[in-house]
Amino acid sequence: MQVVETDLGEYILQLAHEPPSHIVAPAVHKSKEQVADLFVAAHGKPRLTDIPAMTREAREALREHFLTADMGVSGSNFVIAETGTTLTVTNEGNADMVTTLPRIHCVITGVEKVIGTLEDFATLIRLLPRSAIGQTIANYLTLTTGVKMPGDVDGPEQMHIVLVDAGRTKLVGSDLQEMLRCIRCGACMNHCPVYQNVGGHAYGWVYPGPMGSILTPVYVGLENAGDLPNAATFCGECAVACPVKIPLPDLMRKLREQQFDRKLRPWAERMAIAAWGFAVTRPGLYALLSGAGARIAKWMGGRDGLIHSLPGIDGWTKGRDMPAPEGKTFRELYRRRRDSAADGAR
Amino acid sequence: MGARENILARIRKAQGRPGVEPTEQERALVREAVARHEVGPQPPFAHAPDRLAQFRRECERLGTTHATVASDGGIPAEIARYLDEGGLERRLAGWHEFAGLDWDGAGIAFDDRPATSQDRTGLTGCFCAIAETGTTLLLSAPESPKLTALLPETHLCIVRAARLLDTMEDAFALLRREVGEPPRSVFFVSGPSRTADIEQTIVIGAHGPYRVHVVIVA
Ligand code: SF4
Repeated sequence: MQVVETDLGEYILQLAHEPPSHIVAPAVHKSKEQVADLFVAAHGKPRLTDIPAMTREAREALREHFLTADMGVSGSNFVIAETGTTLTVTNEGNADMVTTLPRIHCVITGVEKVIGTLEDFATLIRLLPRSAIGQTIANYLTLTTGVKMPGDVDGPEQMHIVLVDAGRTKLVGSDLQEMLRCIRCGACMNHCPVYQNVGGHAYGWVYPGPMGSILTPVYVGLENAGDLPNAATFCGECAVACPVKIPLPDLMRKLREQQFDRKLRPWAERMAIAAWGFAVTRPGLYALLSGAGARIAKWMGGRDGLIHSLPGIDGWTKGRDMPAPEGKTFRELYRRRRDSAADGAR
Repeated sequence: MGARENILARIRKAQGRPGVEPTEQERALVREAVARHEVGPQPPFAHAPDRLAQFRRECERLGTTHATVASDGGIPAEIARYLDEGGLERRLAGWHEFAGLDWDGAGIAFDDRPATSQDRTGLTGCFCAIAETGTTLLLSAPESPKLTALLPETHLCIVRAARLLDTMEDAFALLRREVGEPPRSVFFVSGPSRTADIEQTIVIGAHGPYRVHVVIVA
């Protein structure tokens, strides 16, 4: 069986034998020079580096496949319960070909995609393209309900819908349930400083960025994806960008708590957090320890005010110096300022 | 139990509901909720004071060109003008609905059949159009083949001003009123096809048409 990806980005990745690095722009990590090399190898035509011309070359190569394929496989961004409708959202028009030309149409999508009515779809489709690519609507939306009718000249003769669970129902009723609302727009990764620096492949699975940091541990097991909920600065940008208001940092924090409870983090880290937890709930003890810590750290900074190595956690200072604190804690400084303000008022 | 039953049972259990199948009462509640067809929040411009102006503006934003003619009789001349302006061949494959217009008079060869990959230009009508987003809506039926809008490099679409609605919700209401259940394909077209998959450079003309031209019949 020959399977051909039809979205231009996915097609490029299929030729490159690589996984996607973004859920909306899968080949965003590839330069046009790299794509040009892949096209020469796949199409056997003179090398082009003009992007519109390259796009036309891929269009012509894929058109052949659309016209001759026996089966078209699509996803479905939403599934409408009211009418038994599946649907595709694209700018290229590839899904519309895939769901219309071949004799058999097969839909594969997640069980969480089911929504109630056509009106619910109208609401969600106002959000998806805006958040994904900044368009008010995608160029093509096809709502598919059943097969070719008598007299129709196009459309498949058979249609099969496969609804996939694969871990999704684990989210129902859990701490992370809100993640089921995700419409896969990619806005959270577009706004994530960590994603921008490490790129999609670093997340190790199909879903990168903040949404992936939550979904991947759920689908593959927290013990296999332990770094993901920790790969966040908690700047909160993702939650602001998310069109369906998923509190992504809160969910990552819940996963961190689960890691702690299930003893999935290193012993030393857990001990450190437990010790910190003990101290921070006792203000007197915390003031004593933090006061001592601030003074020691200032002393460690020496004359240049920089700490060059931290005993026990020298990974932190291997490639950079840590600026030493001033030697006073926030509470000490705050008290002093309050007292001097009171003196001034007297 | 099959996978389907397992999945449904898991969901029901997580929601604290007994059994695998929904009860008659639960089904009734769902039916009731669906029948309300509640409309969600809409942006302020969803109901623009000048619907036609809103439609034209959105068409332009998506790269759809448009022209307005007074009556059906004006369609062939407008299309001849458009084809000439773009240096395109005066030949098209079109929906049967438009076969009776005076194409000969405008010097256009009109093929009354579904378009194929060999055709350069396809002409379609639409069920209705949506002003909020500059969208045309095509329903599948024997006389309205979808591929005519998709395979050729140029898609011409006739929109009757009387069929121009504000929103997608209005289009679904009209669909329920006039057709009932949605047909196999409900196809929303908003401008020419495009991609930005190579170096995030927007290219017009991915798998579908390079050009979409809407002729509004006032
Ligand atoms: S989590 Fe929100 S922002 Fe991220 S992909 Fe899902 S819907 Fe979009």
